[in-house]
Formats: sequence, C-alpha cells, structure tokens
Amino acid sequence: MNPAIGYTAIVGVALVSALIGFYGLRVSRTTSDFYVASRTVRPWWNASAIGGEYLSAASFLGVAGLILLTGSAALWFPIGYTAGYLMLLLFVAAPLRRSGAYTIPDFTEARLESPWARRVTSLLVIVIGWFYIVPQLQGAALTVRITTGLPSWVGSVAVAVIVAVVVAAGGMRSITFVQAFQFWLKLTALAVPVIALLLVVGGGEPPAQLTPAEAFPPSAGPGDLDVYRTVSLMVALLLGTLGLPHVLVRFYTNPDGVAARRTTVIVLVLLSVFYLFPTIFGFLGRAFAPDLAASGEADALILLLPERLVPGPIGDVLTALVIAGAFAAFLSTSSGLVISLAGVISQDLLGGSVRGFRIAAIVSTVVPLLVALATESSGLAGSVGLVFAFTASTLCPVLILGIWWRGLTSRGAIAGMLTGAVLSGAAILGGPFVATSVPLIAPYLEQPAAWTVPLAVIVIVTVSRLDRRGTPAGTDAFLTRLHVPER
Amino acid sequence: MPESTLLAAALGVVGGALAVGLVVFLRRIVLASKELGTDAERATYQTLHLASRAAKHLRGGGGEAEVLRAGRHLRALLGCESLAIVDRTGRVTVDGDDAVRAVAADLAAAAIASGKPQVQRHLSIGASETDAIVAPVLGSAGPFGAIVAFSTPVRAGLVRATGEVADWVAAQVELGELDASRTALAEAEVRALRAQISPHFIYNSLNAIASFINTDPAKARELVLEFADFTRYSFRRHGDFTTVAEELRSIDSYLRLERARFGDRLTVTLQIAPEVLSTVVPFLSIQPLVENAVRHGLESKEGGGRIAITAADSGAFAELTVEDDGVGIDPETLARALAGDPSTGEHVGLRNVDARLRQVYGDEHGLVVETNVGAGTLVRMRVPKAGPKRDGRTTP
Repeated sequence: MNPAIGYTAIVGVALVSALIGFYGLRVSRTTSDFYVASRTVRPWWNASAIGGEYLSAASFLGVAGLILLTGSAALWFPIGYTAGYLMLLLFVAAPLRRSGAYTIPDFTEARLESPWARRVTSLLVIVIGWFYIVPQLQGAALTVRITTGLPSWVGSVAVAVIVAVVVAAGGMRSITFVQAFQFWLKLTALAVPVIALLLVVGGGEPPAQLTPAEAFPPSAGPGDLDVYRTVSLMVALLLGTLGLPHVLVRFYTNPDGVAARRTTVIVLVLLSVFYLFPTIFGFLGRAFAPDLAASGEADALILLLPERLVPGPIGDVLTALVIAGAFAAFLSTSSGLVISLAGVISQDLLGGSVRGFRIAAIVSTVVPLLVALATESSGLAGSVGLVFAFTASTLCPVLILGIWWRGLTSRGAIAGMLTGAVLSGAAILGGPFVATSVPLIAPYLEQPAAWTVPLAVIVIVTVSRLDRRGTPAGTDAFLTRLHVPER
Repeated sequence: MPESTLLAAALGVVGGALAVGLVVFLRRIVLASKELGTDAERATYQTLHLASRAAKHLRGGGGEAEVLRAGRHLRALLGCESLAIVDRTGRVTVDGDDAVRAVAADLAAAAIASGKPQVQRHLSIGASETDAIVAPVLGSAGPFGAIVAFSTPVRAGLVRATGEVADWVAAQVELGELDASRTALAEAEVRALRAQISPHFIYNSLNAIASFINTDPAKARELVLEFADFTRYSFRRHGDFTTVAEELRSIDSYLRLERARFGDRLTVTLQIAPEVLSTVVPFLSIQPLVENAVRHGLESKEGGGRIAITAADSGAFAELTVEDDGVGIDPETLARALAGDPSTGEHVGLRNVDARLRQVYGDEHGLVVETNVGAGTLVRMRVPKAGPKRDGRTTP
C-alpha cells in the first residue's frame, strides 16, 4: 500500500479535528447574533456528537473483522451496541439529565449522600475509561502498521500524544462540534466505500474467492448459536452502554430531560444506519478476502478491502477515506474518554484546578498507552465487549437502582459495585487461565455478564435492605427532581 | 503473550494492594505499642475519644439516627447498663434495654420540671429492679431535655459523671445550634447580596428611551419591551440559580439598552461553547460583570470600547470571562473592594458576585480579576458544571 495515502489521511483528520476544536465556538459580533449564540444545542447536533464519541475502533474496524472471523454470531455486536441506547432512553436519559449531575460520581454522591460511594464510583469510572482507551490505541497501532508500514507502537503513541496534547492544552473548547463532525466523517468513510464496492462487485469483476456456500457455511449461520454466550453478550452490551462515562457527560449538553430523550431517539436512528456499513463490509470480506481471517489480520479488513477490489486511483481515494474514518474513530473516542476521565481524576484527587486537569489528562493517556504497548490486541470488538461486561456489572445496577428504587443505600451501592467489579474483573482477567484447565466453565468466564450483573443486583438489594442506617434523608426530594418533568 | 501479561498485571495489582495493607497494619501495631502510655493516660484518651465521637453526632441537629449514635458513645463513656436521651418534646431514644423507655420519659419530665439531677432507686423494669440517675440538659435559654442512666447499683461516681455529661451535652447542643444559625446567617447574607438592579441604570435607560420617543418611536417601543424583559428577569423572586443561557439572554437585553445610549461606541464580541449553556450558575452572576465592564471600564473612557464575553468548556468546569479595554481598576482599590471595604462603593457588583460564588462553590471558585489602571479589565469565573443540589429551572 502507498504510505503517502495513509499519512495524508491521518494528518488531515488530526488537523481538521484540532481546528474545529479550537475555533468551533459560536462567535457573534452583532447584537442580532446574540440569540443564536446563546441558543442551546439542537438534539440533532447533540445526537451526532454522541454518535461521534461512541463509535470507536471496535465499531469501525472490529465489527467487520469479527463477522469475517465468526460469521453471524458477530451480528449481535452491532445490535447490542445500538440497543443499549434503547435502555438508556427507557431508564436513564431523562432522569439523569434532570438530576443536574455531570458525571456518574456526581450522581452517586448526590443520590446516596456519601463521599465513599463517590470515591468507589470514581475509581470504577477511571478503570473503565482506561480499559476502553486501550483498544482504541491498539486499533491505531494496527492501522498505522497496515497503511504506512511503520512499526505498531508508532500508531498508539501518535494517537496518545495527539489526544493528550489537545486535551491538556484546553484545545477542546467546543467538543460538541468536533464530535458531530467525526460522526459524519465516520459514516461517510464507510458508506461511500461500501456503495462503491457493491457497484464494482455487482459487475462481476473481480470474481469472489469463495462460492456463497463456502463463504457463508451453515456453521457460521444463526442456526448454530450458543444460547448462553449470546444472552450474556446481550446483557453486557445492553446494560454496559448505560455506564459509559464519556457518553453520559454528553447528555448534560441537553437543556432538559425532554431534549435528552429526543437526542437518544436520534442516536438510535443514526447508529442503526451506521452499523449497516461495517456489516456489509464483513460479508464482502467473507466472500472476497477470506485469507485475512487465517492470517490473524481480520480487524484490518476494512482498511485492505477497497484496494483489493478496486485497484488504481479510485481505490486509493477510498482507502484514504477509510483510514481517515478509522482515525476519526480512535481520536474521537479517546479524546472523549480522556476528557471525562481527566475531569473525574482532577475533581476527586487534584482539587479541580486547571493545572490538575492537565496533569490528569496526561495520566489518563499514559496509563492506557503503557497497557496497549504491553499487550497485543485479541480482537477489537471482543475486548470492547469485555469492558461493556465490566461496566454492566458495576456502574449500571447502581445507576438504574439509584434512579428507580428509593430503598438504595450507600452501603448497598458500594457493596454491589465492589462485588460486580471483583467477579467480572476476575472472570475477564483470570478466565483465560482457568478455562484451559476446566473447559466446562469457559463460556461463563468469557462472557460473565449474565451471572455477574444479577449477583451485583442481589448484593445491592440485600445490603441496602439490611443497612440499619436506612436511606439517605434527601432521597425523596432527589427522586422527585429526577422524575417530575420540567414543564 | 497477552494472557501472561494480563496475569502479571493482575498479580502485580493484588500483590501491591496486599503489601500496602500489610505496611499500614504493621505501622498501626508499632504506633499503638509505642503510644500506649500509662493507664491514666489511656483512660483520658479513651474518654476524650468517646466524647469527640459523640460530639459529632450531638451537633448534627438532633435527627433520631444522630441521637441514637450519640447515645451509644455516651453509654460507653458512662459505663452504665442503659442510657436514655429524652428531648424537649418528650421523644425518648434508648441505647441498651428498650424496656426502660416509659420509665425514662416519666423521670425526665420530673427532672426537667425541677431542673436538678435526681437519683431513683429500686425501679422495677419488667421482672428486674434497677437504679437510675436523671440529669436535665440545661441550655442558656432553657432545658433541652434530660439524660437518664440506668445502672445497678448507682454509685456516687456515676451520679457526678452523669451530671457532668449532661452539662457537656448542653454545651455541644448549643454549639450545634450556633453552627446552624451561622449557616442560616451566611445564606441570608447571600440572599441579601443577590444582585440588585442599579437605580442609575433605570434612570439612564428611561432617559435614553425618552430621547427616542419623538425621533424614532418604533425603536423606543422596542427598548421599552427590552426594559420590561430585563426587569422581569432581574426582579424574579424564586430560585437562587439560573442557567448560563438565561443569564446571556438577560445580558442581551441589558446590552441593547446600553447601546441605545452608547450607539456605535460599544462593540460586543461573544464566544460561547454550547456545552456550557445548560450549566447552572448563581442568579445574576454574569450580568453584573458585564455591567461593571460598561460602567467602570467604558463609560469614563473617550471613544467607547470593546467588551468580549466568552464561555468555554473545561472538563467538569465551565469557564466564563468578561473582558473590556476600558480604563481599568487600580489593583489596590479592587483588592479592598473585594475584601468588603465600604469606602470603595463603586465596585460593589464585583464584590457581590465574588462573595456569592465563594459561598456556593467554596473559596477556590471566587472571581479572578486581571486589571491595572489604563490596561482594561478581565474578570474570570470557573464554576463546576455538576449541580445536583442546585436547581436552575425557571419553573419551580
């Protein structure tokens, strides 16, 4: 592959994002603009920004790679990633916005009136954020290695440095417009190549490497699903979305609960449209590039397929577009995560000063960078799926019970979060070793959400019921504020 | 490779946590053995420790749970079998044997009426007999309630100790009331500080409108409506908080009125990050800064000037600035004005906003002012976005 295409695309995306970040403020010089400048963000913009922040390396590269590897079982990933917003719409979006909390730790502290609940939540948010950034950096390493031929670590370091510098320098003065731009860039970067490839393939040239029967064997079809794994994955993805720190802070930009709900509906539509394209990429890959699955480069499918099917300058343009979209995915998700992590770290540990925010921004990029450099990617969609399982077992039960159950106490919440964290953390980190010796329990360790989430909920409810201190004094007032509509 | 690295990382974390726990544990043992001291020292320490723990709950305002916890510490302090705390309204909180509840209420009522500690012997509680000491808790403005200690048999030491504890409890409760009234005072001060619309501004605006009535009636009408909008917002009664968006709308009305006087001499630039528009801020906290810029920065300067208002997103905070290129303020005068010196009356708007920001968000979130004579003024405020306890809705 011509490295110049890769460099141009990567530098272009980084520059445009930084420029929008710096100059994307609304400026008014005449009185008549005043009203426009002080108007809150429309749900459409906000929904685009949430999409931009949410669609990470796992969605852009990982889903297609996983379809290439495992067939229709991988289709559950885009379904779960999207349907998580249905849960958000039904249970969380409007009440959380009305609470006035900016981050999840703010919410738990206000709801449970306990600084310890806040500390535990902050700790979990930081851990989740770090492990969510790791796959982004691994995706960047893969993309740089495939498209420019440079060593892998260059990609991780480049993304980490760009994100740390832009965030620490206060470059994201208006993150909504940057993220909204990144969403539409990502959508274009997949939609245009997919349509072009379908047109080319529809003409019969080049011929598919595998016949339909070989490319889509029944063993990779929906008839061969493992029920437990699928259910557990869906629990993780549906509930995990509720606790993602970088997604929830975006809801604060909505002026009220009604706008928060409307935004969520639009996000659902945008994501449904988006996930059509990586899915088609995956299916094309099964027929036209089956060798990638064998060589362990499945996640690079989206980067390599346009050039293989359409050689020449048009192929180069399509490749550049795809690389730009992939980098938009790494940059937007990591910068969104780093901003919310730096906010939590600086507020809880460094007193909330500007300097503290800068230090926190650098810390929250360096730690995942070290992890990303020390480990190798074992499938982007899969590793993000595990972060979802962890989030679903820790933050999600507390968030939902905190909004909908008045009996929740701080001791119950802390006990539940720690139980969920220990169980799902042990299953995710220790699972691979135990599974080799006891293959019978392997699926329960690989997809732990189906048993860790209910256990966490049971612990929360039991401990809350037994807590002699009872519910916090302000519970009723706070719940009223969450659930009574603004007008 | 990745599995082994993950395992190493997990082991490292667990090992590190265990090591830290061990060090903390050993340190505690070493410190404890070194500082045990004589029996008398330990007893003093034990007494003071229980007293300080009880004090925290006694000052908390007298909720049932708080009194219950204080009672547990007080019972340990006195070493009696059961302890009842009876408050002014006759509510009894018992730590120990709950059967003493009814007896405690009667004893307390008698002690409060007499105002003196009393000892009652051979009270029958259920099947058993016990002695009791009742000590009224007397504040400077009358009795708060009484403490009833049950023990078999009651010794003289316990009688004296109960009396002392009752006096000490009275002092703690009074301190708690003092705390509460200090908080109430601070809140009242903030209410009083709530920025008031300046009479100068009303006078100037009405004059400006009057000058347009004949020459440009349409504009005069528009200005009157603007004036109505501005005053309705400023005279709003309910709610101490508002959103940045609402505050900007009020600033817009204010600037339109000022422009009627200044005309083209006043240029305003606005840079707003939409993320901060829904941030909840104290009511009328930005508008006075703009008014200050117009009043003290530009009015006294020939040829008018420029005002720049920015609102930027900064992680979990919103950063708002108001800058003018006017005559500036002498830093010493400003420092005295912000410290509350009444002789520097003209900067009362800044002082007012500063005091309210400090009251609401803490001292580190006061106004930051960069200025010098002739160098313009830049006022900056940094407020947290999260406000679960602050409701900025306009409809209550």
